[in-house]
Amino acid sequence: MQKDVIIAGVGGQGILSIAASIGLAAVAENLRLKQSEVHGMSQRGGAVQSNLRISDREISSDLIPLGSADLIISVEPMESLRYLPWLSENGWLITNTTPVKNITNYPDLEEIMAEIRSLNNHIIIEADRIAREIGSPRSSNMVMLGAAAPFLDIGFENLEEAVRELFRKKGNDIIEFNLKALKAGKDIASEEISK
Amino acid sequence: MKNLMLLGDEAVAKAGMDAGISGIYAYPGTPSTEIMEYVQTSGQASDGGIFCQWSANEKTAMEAALGMSFTGKRAMVCMKHVGLNVAADPFMNSAVTGINGGLILVVADDPSMHSSQNEQDSRYYGKFAMIPVIEPSNQQEAYDMVFHGFELSEKYRLPVMLRLTTRLSHSRSSVKPENALSQKELSLPEDPRQFVLLPAIARKRYKYLLSVQDALEKESEDSPYNTITEGTDKSVGFIACGLAYNYLMEVMVREGLDHPVLKVTQYPLPGILIGKITGDCDSVIVLEEGYPFLEEMLRGFPVTDKRIRGRLDGTLPRDGELNPDHVAKAIGITVKEGPAVPAVIKNRPPSFCAGCGHIDMFNALLEAIDDFGPGRVFSDIGCYTLGALEPFNAINSCVDMGASVTMAKGAADAGLHPSVCVIGDSTFTHSGMTGLLDAVNDKSSITVLIGDNSTTGMTGGQKSSATGRIESICAGIGVLPERIRVIEPLRKNHSRNVEIIKEELEYKGVSVVIARRECIQVATKSRKQEKKHK
Repeated sequence: MQKDVIIAGVGGQGILSIAASIGLAAVAENLRLKQSEVHGMSQRGGAVQSNLRISDREISSDLIPLGSADLIISVEPMESLRYLPWLSENGWLITNTTPVKNITNYPDLEEIMAEIRSLNNHIIIEADRIAREIGSPRSSNMVMLGAAAPFLDIGFENLEEAVRELFRKKGNDIIEFNLKALKAGKDIASEEISK
Repeated sequence: MKNLMLLGDEAVAKAGMDAGISGIYAYPGTPSTEIMEYVQTSGQASDGGIFCQWSANEKTAMEAALGMSFTGKRAMVCMKHVGLNVAADPFMNSAVTGINGGLILVVADDPSMHSSQNEQDSRYYGKFAMIPVIEPSNQQEAYDMVFHGFELSEKYRLPVMLRLTTRLSHSRSSVKPENALSQKELSLPEDPRQFVLLPAIARKRYKYLLSVQDALEKESEDSPYNTITEGTDKSVGFIACGLAYNYLMEVMVREGLDHPVLKVTQYPLPGILIGKITGDCDSVIVLEEGYPFLEEMLRGFPVTDKRIRGRLDGTLPRDGELNPDHVAKAIGITVKEGPAVPAVIKNRPPSFCAGCGHIDMFNALLEAIDDFGPGRVFSDIGCYTLGALEPFNAINSCVDMGASVTMAKGAADAGLHPSVCVIGDSTFTHSGMTGLLDAVNDKSSITVLIGDNSTTGMTGGQKSSATGRIESICAGIGVLPERIRVIEPLRKNHSRNVEIIKEELEYKGVSVVIARRECIQVATKSRKQEKKHK
């Protein structure tokens, strides 16, 4: 088993919480893991990504080779397309719909969505709307993680446990909201896949 | 011992503590910052009384670490690659004084310049100083080689350099830790003049350094970290240094290749091992993260060995960090790329955080300087360097820590008026103060705009050396008190701020405007923490 995952977004959106959750769950399943992160200048509102590799064998490279990512999880629509050259033939792209328009020349959102829809394997999730509906607008990243869950080959209960661990210090209410968000994301993705 | 999930930086930090360091010194700089931060937030440091405070700059950090080594205790000092330029003086001489307690200098290089002004390769500094360099290829080695480095350091009484590069510094993986060693007892150097580099003593010390070079090379030959893996296909062999080894393995395992490979993670270079692989194979591809350090030596000058391939003959890109795809292409394997990036995608460069005080500072400066014309604002290293980008286009230089002050001075000396510099509070205390003294002594007409956000912002909000003392430092250096102005960069103060900056731009002499407002990131973080404590 090996899964190569690119997590994409804009500096400040907290993509590392998604990576950390998958990481914790992978460790619980005794899988090996390498997770490359972006620190420094780009964290100031620039394009950021994390290369996450999990496997039952030794992983050599910290970076995912071109054309071999199983999954791109993006918390911002334009950023989801930036890493397409790394996506494998059968790979999936899962993206949130809410744009972060911190540049003056942000493209027409409809054009971006058309590009995403033109891909064979894509899931578009209104993660911010769903997070608001369950009463926890800040949990949209966990909705995205939930949407990725069916593709990760990791037991859902281990992802839930990871979310508990990650938010342990923030109290039970926050944990429950994030678990709800995780479940909501998973349900929508499962529905999309079976379509 | 339970395995830990650690960044390369954190593995080094954890290993330092487990190897019994009594202190760690550093100035923040991407990609090295997380080493000190890990120590500072670990219970292990507070329990063990391990000293772990930021220094004013890399030079003071290096010297303090050498001082700790003088007492017989183990010490670590960390910086980014360009920081070693600042610390080069004590670094070079520490190879001549030698050490008492083990001393490891950790340098994190940034090939591809993700967050840097250049991509210089610190291995040249290691060779320049003639000390051992270790270059781990993964997180576990980053941990293990710290122990190895301290043993080498104490065996040869020399500092050891540990070189990291961005991808290892900032990539996380599982690390198995060892039992922690206890700290060393205080014990002064046996020879009380070891550290006195008077010429007569320095010559003796230098001869000692020269005398151990063969032994250091022998250590590299025998090191468990420098190994040859045999292979049946000898049409080509590989020498892979540090992190590059991972990319090679990624490709070889995937493609089922079977070539001889020499992995190099300890320097000085192991001549016998290198001779063996170059002798055995028809050609050799050299894979190095950084400059073609080893490749250039192997090719000879004028180029005598064209069987050596790598960055210099176009087999690999001449600049930038390596990746598995570069390595695959070098071997002649076609890389299967996914779909192209659609044309509609725009670049997203970093930008000021919403609500950042630097925005209001630049808006005020731009309006104040409008009458004088553009092209006269020297700047420095920090978040405010983003003032170079749209929509501000506000600065005309960014060279090295502190250079804004001295470049503005030089331009003023040449007759440019007004000549302005924009520098942050932490960069000012790192290397701006001495330049200000030059300007005061020479009565150079410059306006120093200090963007004082009371933190080291770009690297994530580390403690700044002189928070609350910037005015008194400037006054102490000799800036006239009436020429030290403090403004609060907020939109509501805009017209008043423009006026003040204009007054100082018109003044002939040294003036300082301190634009003081707390970093928005730090302010948000501390508000959150306050809420938690309530």
